[in-house]
Amino acid sequence: MSFTWKFTAREIAEKPELLAPGHRMCSGCGAAIVHRLVLKAVRGPTIVTHPTGCVEVTTAIYPYTSWRVPWVHTAFETAAANAAGIEAAFKALRRRGRLKYDHVDVMAFAGDGGTYDIGIQALSGALERGHDFLYVLYDNEAYMNTGIQRSGGTPLGAWTTTTPAGTKIPGKPEPRKPIEDIVVAHGVPYVATASPAHWMDLVVKARKGLEAKGPAFLHVIAPCPRGWRYESSKTIELSRLAVETCVFPLWECVDGEHKLSAPSKAIALKPDLKKPVVEYLKAQGRFSHLFTPEFERVIDEIQRVVDKRWYLLLKKCSV
Amino acid sequence: MSKAKQELIPLNGDESVAYAVRQCDVDVVVAYPITPQTIIVERFSEYVHNGEVDTEFVCAESEHSALTCCLTAALVGARTFTATCGPGLALMHEMLGVTAGYRAPVVMAVSNRALSAPINIHCDHSDTMAERDSGWIQIYVESAQEAYDSTIQAFKIAEDPDVLLPTIVAFDGFVISHMLEGVYVLTDEAVKSFIGERRFPLVMNHEGRAVQFKLDPENPITIGALDLYDYYFEHKRQQEEAAVKALEVIRRVHEEYAKLSGRRYGNGLVEPYRLEDADIAIVCLGSTVGAVRTVVNELRLKGIKAGLLKVRTFRPFPAQDVAEALKGVKAVAVMDRGCSFGGRGGPVFHEVRSAFYDLDERPRVVNYIYGLGGRDTPPLLIRKVYDDLNEIVKTGRVKELVQFLGLRE
Repeated sequence: MSFTWKFTAREIAEKPELLAPGHRMCSGCGAAIVHRLVLKAVRGPTIVTHPTGCVEVTTAIYPYTSWRVPWVHTAFETAAANAAGIEAAFKALRRRGRLKYDHVDVMAFAGDGGTYDIGIQALSGALERGHDFLYVLYDNEAYMNTGIQRSGGTPLGAWTTTTPAGTKIPGKPEPRKPIEDIVVAHGVPYVATASPAHWMDLVVKARKGLEAKGPAFLHVIAPCPRGWRYESSKTIELSRLAVETCVFPLWECVDGEHKLSAPSKAIALKPDLKKPVVEYLKAQGRFSHLFTPEFERVIDEIQRVVDKRWYLLLKKCSV
Repeated sequence: MSKAKQELIPLNGDESVAYAVRQCDVDVVVAYPITPQTIIVERFSEYVHNGEVDTEFVCAESEHSALTCCLTAALVGARTFTATCGPGLALMHEMLGVTAGYRAPVVMAVSNRALSAPINIHCDHSDTMAERDSGWIQIYVESAQEAYDSTIQAFKIAEDPDVLLPTIVAFDGFVISHMLEGVYVLTDEAVKSFIGERRFPLVMNHEGRAVQFKLDPENPITIGALDLYDYYFEHKRQQEEAAVKALEVIRRVHEEYAKLSGRRYGNGLVEPYRLEDADIAIVCLGSTVGAVRTVVNELRLKGIKAGLLKVRTFRPFPAQDVAEALKGVKAVAVMDRGCSFGGRGGPVFHEVRSAFYDLDERPRVVNYIYGLGGRDTPPLLIRKVYDDLNEIVKTGRVKELVQFLGLRE
């Protein structure tokens, strides 16, 4: 996969905002930042689709819309199927001489609920069939739209309204599903993780995903001040801590080959830079119940899970 | 018989639908195989793999995704088709409402199959009747020939700018889907020019410009916004208006097609048979119509004034046509191949009975639930229904409002 797109920060800043201001996402919303950045990577005629979720209900409330690109939402479990149908239509219309564009990019954005859980069947089907589209998972690690319920993406120990910090069970008993590995296993040309703290890396990866021929998947961490229980000014800080603690390492997998991205590669080369997960956990109210003599063992368990996954990633990246 | 050149070829119901879809200049077909619809998907795959069509064909991983893909493809401007039945249609249910709500003219063939549980692959109408209120047009046909003809008409009806509603062509699983029949087919060119290209009405976009109603990067529109108590109700009212307007469009398209093919199914909404002077009549839909017609002929030979009304279009329901066609009939039996549990009769019965309520002269109307899970309904049983109707006319009394026909009790 050859990739030649170069840009300056100024050029990115001057590109039109395809998601208009005035939407109703919360202040400090990670998803809003993720969307704004990904849309900076747009290269031509583009259609965007969302499943039901936070971004859908906050960007399009009839008769208003924030979308300056054609946009469609159908249901909760349908992000990938929406994209597949759009892509199939463009392929057919183009082949049959009914399309005025040489190419139209198709982007699906979905949260963790629409991806790890209810939408995974449609996602898996679309990946296997090889539709040419970019799927962006903005992962706020719980069902935030319905008020902070656990998803398959909620991390071990986290408080949500369906995994409360109880006296017997301290938050979510299970670690999150390794969704990015599941996507990689489909053999798609491009999979990457990204963080809004490393915005240049994020924009480049979004563009690479668009340019990939076939399905591309971008997993972006999207902190949620309401659901994670932190000050809304700390979104970027947490996005960075997630990378520094290796809770959310940054990497790409191009045609099946894993490669660490710069911020995580620096840690791999200099392991002293790796921060303990406790720094990430203590910054968020959703883990505050773990800082008690009774449940601090869960923090050790979280560290073990993170270390194990980091170790496996390093092996995959041949570091 | 016909004005256009036609060829008689052997096709079963599924094949006749696939053949029609091949001719309808369809851009995108997305489907998931399920018995007894499977042959449609298989035949269409053959057309694709042999280069007989340049349609984009997607084998989805579920019926839910199949309809979703058709929906978004249609919103981009493609002509789309899918097919399913029974549990597959039930899995699609959520997206049926979305497709109708977004006014996407998707056409779907349904080879009627019983709903689980218990699991059963054979015919009844519980699948499509459960989608009665989903906003789709529903046309029930009685033969492979009519399935072919109606599939072609369905695209033209669904895409009519006054309608823009998705349309189901329903035909009985196995009885029609798998029965080989001589089917007259039009030429590819005749079908293509009959349907024409998709037309897109103008809508006002968020910038206040009139743009074509489709997802087009040069003229961005938003489809699928959250629609709350301030607008949802008005949008639903518009959908109801379109459904009512569809009655006239279905009739018109049927008439245009009749001129082309020489084949006519009543007025496209209902098809009366020997009702002019009838005292007793059966109302039904689907393949059973053929068996009832045979029994009517037998009874007529015996001097019994029996008639039949086939309901071809069930949604929108042609209440006036039904009442008009049955005028003067003394007793009517409505046959339902589906059950509305605890609802005092089946869905067709409720519609037909209600159609008479405001008339001064009303027939007695009774209901027979029959053929669930593919149970056969031979002429013997249909004769029994007419015997019962004669008894009602003679005594003026209805013994049982709702009966089960062909049930072991």
